[in-house]
Amino acid sequence: MSFLEQLEQFPQAEIRDKILSATPDQIERALQRPRLRPDDFALLLSPEISDDQLERLAVKAHKLTRQRFGRIILLYAPLYLSNECANGCKYCGFNAENDLPRRTLTFSEIADEAQVLRDLGFRHMLLLTGEAPKVAGIDYLESAVKVVKPLCGSVSIEVFPMDREGYSRMVKAGVDGLTLYQETYDLKLYRELHPYGPKSNYNFRLQAPAAAGEAGFRRIGVGALLGLGDSLSDVFYAGLHALYLARKFWRTQITISFPRICPTEGGFAPRSLVSDRQLTQFICACRLLIPDAGLILSTRESEELRNHLLPLGITQMSAGSCTAPGGYSDHSDEGEQFAISDHRSPAEIAELISAAGYEAVWKDWDNAFLATDTR
Amino acid sequence: MDKLIIAGRTFTSRLLAGTGKFASNEAMVAALENSGCEIVTVALRRVDIDNPKDSLLSHIDRERYLLLPNTSGARDAEEAVRLARLARAAGCDPWIKLEVTPDPYYLLPDPIETLKAAEILVKDGFVVLPYMPADPVLAKHLQEVGVATVMPLGSPIGSNRGVRTRDHIGIIIEQATVPVVVDAGLGAPSHAAEAMEMGADAVLVNTALADTADPAAMARAFKKGVEAGREAFLAGLGPQRDKAEASSPLTGFLRDD
Amino acid sequence: MNLIINGQNKTFAAPLNVAELLLRLDLDKKPVVVELNREILIADKYVDIQLDDGDTLEIIQFVGGG
Repeated sequence: MSFLEQLEQFPQAEIRDKILSATPDQIERALQRPRLRPDDFALLLSPEISDDQLERLAVKAHKLTRQRFGRIILLYAPLYLSNECANGCKYCGFNAENDLPRRTLTFSEIADEAQVLRDLGFRHMLLLTGEAPKVAGIDYLESAVKVVKPLCGSVSIEVFPMDREGYSRMVKAGVDGLTLYQETYDLKLYRELHPYGPKSNYNFRLQAPAAAGEAGFRRIGVGALLGLGDSLSDVFYAGLHALYLARKFWRTQITISFPRICPTEGGFAPRSLVSDRQLTQFICACRLLIPDAGLILSTRESEELRNHLLPLGITQMSAGSCTAPGGYSDHSDEGEQFAISDHRSPAEIAELISAAGYEAVWKDWDNAFLATDTR
Repeated sequence: MDKLIIAGRTFTSRLLAGTGKFASNEAMVAALENSGCEIVTVALRRVDIDNPKDSLLSHIDRERYLLLPNTSGARDAEEAVRLARLARAAGCDPWIKLEVTPDPYYLLPDPIETLKAAEILVKDGFVVLPYMPADPVLAKHLQEVGVATVMPLGSPIGSNRGVRTRDHIGIIIEQATVPVVVDAGLGAPSHAAEAMEMGADAVLVNTALADTADPAAMARAFKKGVEAGREAFLAGLGPQRDKAEASSPLTGFLRDD
Repeated sequence: MNLIINGQNKTFAAPLNVAELLLRLDLDKKPVVVELNREILIADKYVDIQLDDGDTLEIIQFVGGG
């Protein structure tokens, strides 16, 4: 069964209704389940959850995270390669209609950026682009990966969706992680927000993580951009998507991210705001749904909130992030995708993590161990 | 309604019954009746040509029960495939309980040959229900080749020792994409209830029904055990409380201001 | 003519087809499956299949099992 078919078994109106009509008793029962079924997961997303229930949810999430992951937080750095984009996503700073300086890094500029990140200690790098196949397509990415790879242990990509063949090329080039947010699982809203460009194809994007699974990615991450639409159903679907991928591609680690929409140069006003309380609840509920999923907190969040969310289920964070291409070497934020809230340096973040009783991990995987050629 | 669906076919009962080791066909028929089962397993053996007996099938109502032939006796994949094809030729639905048990002492299933046979049989159009060690990774491999259920063992066949593989079966249930049927070793209704409380989709029982003074009564007891366990699972078991832990609240920061 | 049936040597007068063999063994009315030289036979074809000297047959039936 494809995820699209599975999605059709959970119509949005029904799910929303289920979440919004949850009674305290139902929430209590879901909270007591040793393993969540999709229905239980929906109940745990309810805004009706009491402070006491939320606290117990957090305790469970905390224990599970400790049990499955120990006291570690993986740090990674985003590396923006290009902000050129043919899409018209209404909420995104890279929107084709936005007037901002466009730039695609040359391979020597990419090497400089990666070197800066390496010197800061990063060994996990996440390469990002917009969607501009002519200047930053698959060939470009392939070459970019070959530049970055020798400078770090693990390369992930957060770019445009590809088919299985494209992802196979990425795996061959040395990529082991994929991040691809559906943004919103609400088809109608998705069409409104992505009026043109290749990204207007909802299904292609929805099925891409599975294509990456078939191509053999080691890590695949999904998520919804919280605040675009109805965040309750979007988190439900993101969790369901992650669960589907985790069951089908059992050799792959699945991650879920929780990006909250923030103001961009496009001036998009979020339709709903996800409170800190809700974000906390979402993270904990996802931990219970998939005890082994990596849960990722974005640079978008404030230092204070990130500190509090550390023990509740988060296993990965970006640090020292800059969202403009070339921003690490230029010290400029001109042309950034979104503004970030946490301005701590990677060393500071690592220190805070350590002060909280956790270990910051800069490198937990290097597939050079498995390489057969000795170069 | 809470139904068990295997390969698109719907069942009301979550108890599968075996037909071996009964003292008489009458005892077997009474046990099947009282168990409420809808799927019964049978084996294939050579006819004793000098003394052909009544066929087992003349005692089993095929309108009422789905016949699930097993490949017991097979020591490798090739023998299992051969037995499965013979069963299908005998006019059964192409459902097969795959068993490959080369070890004659504990009759433990061979993971490697079971996986090989499963792949061949699925490609050949069989609905394959493999008896398997309670190994979560093997369960994933079997699911990948397209089996209809996984059937991890609770303890060795006929041992009546219960769910000794509890932790691994828990993982299999957590991760399964097909129904999980706990097979082998369930010796008491409480064992069946335990497996069902854990979230197993069904259990298969034979020895515990056959090897007792009153198979009909024991079958009724197992039926209740399975139903009790299922209902408890659906209701959601209460938490086993940890001792109170002194710790600062994890979500206090949300209410600080 | 010598046939090996379920591992035993048996002698029959030729010609003999599979349907006639089952009749002689009192198995014609029973739900059995026949394998001839490791090939599974289809019941409809029993009358058409003539047995030869040295043929090996397995005649299988369902028994109780778990």
